[in-house]
Amino acid sequence: MSITLDSLEVGQELARTTVALNRADLVRYAGASGDFNPIHWNDRFATEVGLPGVIAHGMLTMGAAVQLVTDWIGDPTAILDYQTRFAAMVPVPDPAGSAPDQADGAQLSVVASVGKLDAAAGTVRVDLLVTLGEEKVLTKSQAVVKVAQA
Amino acid sequence: MSVNADLQGRVYPPAPPYSVGREGIRAFAAAVKATHPVHSDLDAALAAGHADLVAPPTFAVVIAQNAEGAYIQDPESGIDFARVVHAEERFTHHRAIVAGDQITATVSVERARAVGTGGMVVTRTELVGADGEPVTTVLSTLMVRGED
Repeated sequence: MSITLDSLEVGQELARTTVALNRADLVRYAGASGDFNPIHWNDRFATEVGLPGVIAHGMLTMGAAVQLVTDWIGDPTAILDYQTRFAAMVPVPDPAGSAPDQADGAQLSVVASVGKLDAAAGTVRVDLLVTLGEEKVLTKSQAVVKVAQA
Repeated sequence: MSVNADLQGRVYPPAPPYSVGREGIRAFAAAVKATHPVHSDLDAALAAGHADLVAPPTFAVVIAQNAEGAYIQDPESGIDFARVVHAEERFTHHRAIVAGDQITATVSVERARAVGTGGMVVTRTELVGADGEPVTTVLSTLMVRGED
């Protein structure tokens, strides 16, 4: 499969998915990233600092969202630049009676579309719309991706 | 306490080299649900032309955040870490990070602005390989909430 610039147009939707994050996902990311801020794993601490409860690492949301771009282009190293703003927190529920590693968790919707085409550079800017319910979680979430020349 | 704007422009000494390992890449890929085989399957990575397992697009944050501590935890910075909110992040990749890399990260204070008892800072972390060539540039924006 080869994606070429001339097959793309600005505004075109490329892919969409749902990313689910539960408490076990947060612990796994804490361990893998070395970010052990207790707001991401301890409800008591999180509420004491004014949060609604444990929230996801912004970097976990950013890291998980870009997988949609990797799946679309088929090569993670084609992503030359990736940026985002963290617009809203992602509370991660811990429903009574659930196994923490099997709970549905927070359901993030991720939609990738073409933001900009750069024929000279051979790149497409893929814009990611990441929402939790009606709320935008990431804004100005943009991945610059190298594509094959036509 | 508020953000010390005088530190804008300061460059901190590089953090000790970070050794990128296969298991570290596999663990990070699993954590961000990055399922492409070049992150976990050595044969797939080699077949795709890479020297070793390839780190996912946001793996550089692990190296950068470690290095940013030199500034964030500097008593002179005026940053109360308990009040820090991550506002923006950007990765510009000059080449892929692969297992076996020895990466040196140097943090500079791109912007530091006091707002009341808090403020806003932007750090720029340059990741450089053992050959001295650039690997990734990481820009991170932190808001520091004012005291209530």
